[in-house]
Amino acid sequence: MGNPELAILLGFATGFLARLYLLRSDYRQYPSYPHGYASHLALGAIAAFIGAVVIPAVAAREYTAVTFLTLAAQQFREVRDMERKSLVSLEEVELVRRGNAYIEGIAKIFEARNYMVMAVAVLTSGGTRVVAPWLGVLLGAAGLGLAALLIDQEVVGDVARIRPGELRFDGPGLFVDDIFVMNVGLQQSRESILDYGLGAVLEPKDDDARDTLANAGQRQAILHDVSVVLGVRRDVDEPEFTPLIRRQVATGRVALYIVPMEKDMGSLLAAIGRVPVLESSRGRALKAKAGRLAAD
Amino acid sequence: MGTRLVHQILAVVTTTDTVVGGGTPIFHVTDAGERERVANLLARILQAMVHDIGNGTYILVKH
Repeated sequence: MGNPELAILLGFATGFLARLYLLRSDYRQYPSYPHGYASHLALGAIAAFIGAVVIPAVAAREYTAVTFLTLAAQQFREVRDMERKSLVSLEEVELVRRGNAYIEGIAKIFEARNYMVMAVAVLTSGGTRVVAPWLGVLLGAAGLGLAALLIDQEVVGDVARIRPGELRFDGPGLFVDDIFVMNVGLQQSRESILDYGLGAVLEPKDDDARDTLANAGQRQAILHDVSVVLGVRRDVDEPEFTPLIRRQVATGRVALYIVPMEKDMGSLLAAIGRVPVLESSRGRALKAKAGRLAAD
Repeated sequence: MGTRLVHQILAVVTTTDTVVGGGTPIFHVTDAGERERVANLLARILQAMVHDIGNGTYILVKH
């Protein structure tokens, strides 16, 4: 039996480290370094502390103390709300929007990470209090490893084959390979698009991937991430240079068109491949028996 | 967040005189070069997209 103070301290420390670790993989989705970090670390510290005192409180027969966990859950739902609100209010000023699905995904992830931190803290302080510090640290490390596995999201590169596409015009119609993207009226815009634009085609690897790529929220997320990486060669009054993704309904393939600041095909394909597959957009048809029957 | 009109034809620029007006402003121009110039100007002012619907007519649409 470790003493309760040590258990709380160890639980708090590993929980906080877990938050620090989980923060590492956030930056691309939500690049607002110093202050975003500060607020999330502060909330992570609170989560870690709450998690750390649970088992010692029960061990001390302070059963009512455990009810504050409900308070914590409430608190972290507010984290989700906070993230959502701040990202939604930023949408107006983004050249390429994140889209509601992406925002919802980010908000959900921030909430979930606090729960993971709490779990790590509970494991560590519980192990320490009930058996010994070494077991606590071991359990905490195992919990962190599990959390790291859980946050390792699927990316678009896992579900689709991504290859370069050729931009061409057929009259006013802009095509990427054989997929129609949009109608561009102005001659000079067409010339700029051919000079500076890039195209890519995403082929879904299976029926689930086809549904994932069909989701408008997923496609907007791809556009946003790609624009963040490559930049967009446009200002607010030039809608024809807004990046677009269009779907070829017959095959489920989607075509991406962008006029980037950096015209670099390799970078474009890599950026598309690293966009996370949003939880809410993921196709699940193959999980159902009826869905598997339809797959051929 | 403000309310905006989208998916709406804001203006029509045309070289033909067969286009008949409804509620949308129509800019009649003499040739293709003039149509390009006027459409471009209007697109920037209205932050709208120019679409070529064939038959010598461009429409400006806010997306």
